[in-house]
Amino acid sequence: MTESVVLEMRGICKYFPGVRALENVDFTLREGEIHALMGENGAGKSTLIKVLTGVYPKDGGEIKLAGQPVHIKSPQDAQNEGIATVYQEITLCPNLTVAENMYIGRTRGAFTNWKRMNADADSILEELGIPARAKDQLGNCSIAVQQMVAIARAVDMDCKVLILDEPTSSLDEQEVQKLFKLMRDLKEKGVGIIFVTHFLEQVYEVCDRITVLRDGALVGEYIIEDLPRVQLVSKMLGKDFDDMAEIKSDSDAEKVDYNGTPVYQAINLTGTTGIKPFNFEIHKGEVNGFTGLLGSGRSESVRAIFGADRVAGGKVMINGEKVKINKPLDAMKHGISYLPEDRKNDGIVGDLSVRDNIILALQVMKGFFRPFTKAQAEAFADEYIELLNIKTASADTPIKSLSGGNQQKVILARWLLADPVYLILDEPTRGIDVGTKVEIQKLVLKLAAEGKSVTFISSEIDEMIRTCSRLVVMRDGKVVGELKGDDLNQNKIMATIAGGES
Amino acid sequence: MSNNQKAISSGNSVKGFLSKVVHNQLFIPIAALLLLVVFNAFADILLHSDTSFFKIVLEPSSTGNMVLSGNLITIIDNASELALLAIGMTLVTSASGGQDISVGATIAIAGSTILRIVKGYSSDISDGKFAGVIICAFLLAIVVSALFGAFNGALVAYFKIQPMVATLILFTAGRSIAAWINNNDNISINDSRFGYFGNFIPGIPVPTPVFITVICLIVIALVLKFTNLRLYSQAVGINASSSRLNGINPKTIKLLSFIILGICVAVCGFIKVSRTSSITYAVIANNIEMDAILAVALGGNNLGGGKFNMTASVLGAYVIQFLTTTLFRMKVSSSAISAYKAIVVILLIIMSSPFIRKWLADMKNKRLAAKAEARVGKENA
Amino acid sequence: MKKLVKMLVSSAVIGAMAFGMCACTQTTPTAAPTAAPTDGTTAATEAPTDAPAADGLIKVGIINNDPNESGYRTANDRDMKATFTEENGYEASFFYSLKNEDQIAAAQKFIQDEVDYLLISAAGTSGWDGVLEQAQKAGIKVILFDRTIDADPSLYEASIVSDMAKEGQQAVDWLASQNLSEYKIVHIQGVMGSSAQIGRSGALDDKVAAEANWSIVTQQTAEWSEETAQQIVQAVIDSGETFNVIYAENDNMAKGAVAALDKANISHGVGKDVIVIGFDCNTWALEELLAGNWNYDGQCNPFQASYIDNIIKNGVTEKVVIMEEKGFDATTITADDVANYGI
Repeated sequence: MTESVVLEMRGICKYFPGVRALENVDFTLREGEIHALMGENGAGKSTLIKVLTGVYPKDGGEIKLAGQPVHIKSPQDAQNEGIATVYQEITLCPNLTVAENMYIGRTRGAFTNWKRMNADADSILEELGIPARAKDQLGNCSIAVQQMVAIARAVDMDCKVLILDEPTSSLDEQEVQKLFKLMRDLKEKGVGIIFVTHFLEQVYEVCDRITVLRDGALVGEYIIEDLPRVQLVSKMLGKDFDDMAEIKSDSDAEKVDYNGTPVYQAINLTGTTGIKPFNFEIHKGEVNGFTGLLGSGRSESVRAIFGADRVAGGKVMINGEKVKINKPLDAMKHGISYLPEDRKNDGIVGDLSVRDNIILALQVMKGFFRPFTKAQAEAFADEYIELLNIKTASADTPIKSLSGGNQQKVILARWLLADPVYLILDEPTRGIDVGTKVEIQKLVLKLAAEGKSVTFISSEIDEMIRTCSRLVVMRDGKVVGELKGDDLNQNKIMATIAGGES
Repeated sequence: MSNNQKAISSGNSVKGFLSKVVHNQLFIPIAALLLLVVFNAFADILLHSDTSFFKIVLEPSSTGNMVLSGNLITIIDNASELALLAIGMTLVTSASGGQDISVGATIAIAGSTILRIVKGYSSDISDGKFAGVIICAFLLAIVVSALFGAFNGALVAYFKIQPMVATLILFTAGRSIAAWINNNDNISINDSRFGYFGNFIPGIPVPTPVFITVICLIVIALVLKFTNLRLYSQAVGINASSSRLNGINPKTIKLLSFIILGICVAVCGFIKVSRTSSITYAVIANNIEMDAILAVALGGNNLGGGKFNMTASVLGAYVIQFLTTTLFRMKVSSSAISAYKAIVVILLIIMSSPFIRKWLADMKNKRLAAKAEARVGKENA
Repeated sequence: MKKLVKMLVSSAVIGAMAFGMCACTQTTPTAAPTAAPTDGTTAATEAPTDAPAADGLIKVGIINNDPNESGYRTANDRDMKATFTEENGYEASFFYSLKNEDQIAAAQKFIQDEVDYLLISAAGTSGWDGVLEQAQKAGIKVILFDRTIDADPSLYEASIVSDMAKEGQQAVDWLASQNLSEYKIVHIQGVMGSSAQIGRSGALDDKVAAEANWSIVTQQTAEWSEETAQQIVQAVIDSGETFNVIYAENDNMAKGAVAALDKANISHGVGKDVIVIGFDCNTWALEELLAGNWNYDGQCNPFQASYIDNIIKNGVTEKVVIMEEKGFDATTITADDVANYGI
């Protein structure tokens, strides 16, 4: 059996200031297998990948490739050792062509045969069924195609170990199937594939083996047939998993009084970001959603509600009274909170501590000349760290050293602390682990039950159906439909998004 | 979480304390100060076998005051302007992620403004009236340099020009403006009372600039304590977009930081012109902007903006003045003095660089890993 | 009242500048009525240059350094402006820049304007050959003042310069004439490598090397800055060393040094513990001499205009004219001297 092992990691340790990211983690990858690396956010998956690919130096342990110890000090080393990686975020150059991106950094000699390179690239793209031409500029391709190009690049590099770090999060079902076919082909050729994902279904569809991490430590390695789904989840969470079904709307949409004065009402609201004027209202205790394809204007609409971009026109009423919301602070003062879609650029303040990130919004509302005392801030932070079960070494830890899911919880804590009457959550569950996703959905329903109004946006229609009692559907910057009650099902939503006006 | 903490705090407490000290942002400037003190003491003992460096004496000055004098007093006195500038420069750096290179030129403007007012009064006016004149002149200087600060700040905040480029305008034009304010006249104030603010007030043995600096440091400490200036400028410097969505107006904060620097500059200008009761437009506070930026860097602050440590910056200012005075004491030859200063500064900056800090942190992590391995080994055995 | 008005005007312009933002380069003080030309490259044409010189006026183009550079330059510029007037039979155009290229470009423009004389205080020493040849071809006479250039002497009529080494020598000779039993000198230098620094340091260095009872306590550059000079002298005082001469290479640095002496209650001036020597003869410095607080001030004569006037009207006598430069002793200086020679 040992001769078929391509990669062996033993006793890997990695520390960040105040955080044990990995401690004594083992990982074994065999020839021709697809091996899922599972764990909640912050479990250490990304860190393990980054240690393997030389992004982070390891603090302890050893790595063997085909039985030989190797020292990987940089991504270049990893590449030379035959370890190829495709990250969730595109790491290619959008201003180069597809072919250039596929061959950049690995052409031999001083001269490049561009014609030959383009031809080779085209044949690979065709073979993999990727809808792009070698000479297309990468930046003009869709995100999904860019992702496929990144995989094509890795495939063409003749790798022994292929790491796919959340490759499917921006692909549609068809593209995912194409990718899986590709993965199976590579497996036949003897490539070992490490597959990192949050989608349980995909794991069971394509993987042979699962390694589970939790809190920077190894939980175990399992053959897929031996580990039913529920057990996998309980291993990831370290506790018995509350079935997702539990959150299914026993929250009672009927209790919402649709005839009363809306908590928030917009009439012909227009932004400067390319959305058409729209009407919208939300009632006390209601959870609604905006849905539509990426770029349909769903995020722009909620940004207009919050005053995040310049508001061009329209009327806004809070509890029936006309108000002006021109900038975020106006919205905040009227009890609106907004968790932005882009956590990294619009949400976190990376170098500031978890505590400062939590109190930020409430502090701004309180005013420049009235800072919280250290004790007050400490109390707020501790309360919400416990309430939302945020995993951080301390409240003083910079937020950027937390995992994605925990960062999101901190931002959520910030807006809950502001005690809003109307909470807008734009993609709060993107890129975070299943456990946290469920927690957040539950929290949304709990808030609604407490009488708050929530707008919940998610790319996963399942989540929307589970949490929302009413869906605003958008297409091309326009509201094209509103669904509630029995209409809230996958088919109807898809049809409305697609524009089947029947 | 508790596991994590255990893993990290499991070193012995003395080591833990030491590493905490080494990782503190104040470590580099304080260590540099101590190093300079030790160096000067040794040099004293070796060269003239005494410790005159630490001698502080109370002697009468030429005006008959009893005043304190000695190396340490001189250093603290002369570092006043730099310490004041370090305050403003730290805030500008934090909020805007860049530096103001026009402070020397703006000091010339502020100083010139003050002289413009004061020169119009003869030296036989009463003390009360003289105080009035000084206060008017000082307030006008504050207004003028705050306006120039606002000009820089507006270019940076509203026109999104890089701070160094935006302030290049005043860096170039400032000294000409200063000369123009006084018609390019050579001004010398004969009233000895004007010199009080850069030297000594009769009856008080401590140099006045030291008082002024202490007052300003207290003021900024209170401002940082009783307002959200620190939180806001850090947030804006780290992530302006995110700050905006939290209700902060990043433009206002950037503008504010430049205005505060402008006020610091006015105080500096006042001290500078009072020291010699005159002004030379072309050379007053020459190259002080570079020293001020250096002070911020020596304090271990990221010149790219974001988090800052005010105390470290101010200590950085004292390190630089200490170094300058030490070089004067060592009688380094005129042509080599800049080179010596550069070498010391490079060493200090490298010591406080992220690279060295990261290296230290890595060493610590390696030790932890070794310990974890040993622990596992024991458990297995 | 007038003062107040000007103050308001200046404040207004400063305000305009602060809020004018992007228009800042246009609103530099040249726009104000009272402004002296400030920006390094601004040409201030103070007389119409296209008018023919048929009215008997001699047309001169004057290229100078920025008057804000120093008090010396300000005095120099004022002197030129006071001499080359219509009453004296001149039609003068002025150009100011600290940049050599700008000055050369301005010279070319003056040649096109067909001036009779080109008066140049060059910012840099090289690069002038071409434009001077053009001038020669066009029959324009060139007179250099204050600064020399690296060009064939046949290309210009005359040059009127100060001899900095001579200034230094005069001061050192005066110091030697004081017959102190021992000379312990604090030497504060200007910007290293400048002609004034080289000339004024040279004479002192030679003397110290030659005489056994002359010694340097410290020799530091304060780069013409009074604050730095003050710090240097303070460092010497704090270290407990004694000295009896301050040799500062300009008045400002001497002033800074004296401020440090005052702080430490060290007496200075005529008949006191420390002899103070400065250069440049600023009016306020000469007043210090008059009051007996300083001992000696060496002149760096900025008044070349009368020499040039003389050459233009009476013809060239010498190719290189070294200006007469005085040194003032506190014991002999008079109020008239202060009025006549102070800049």
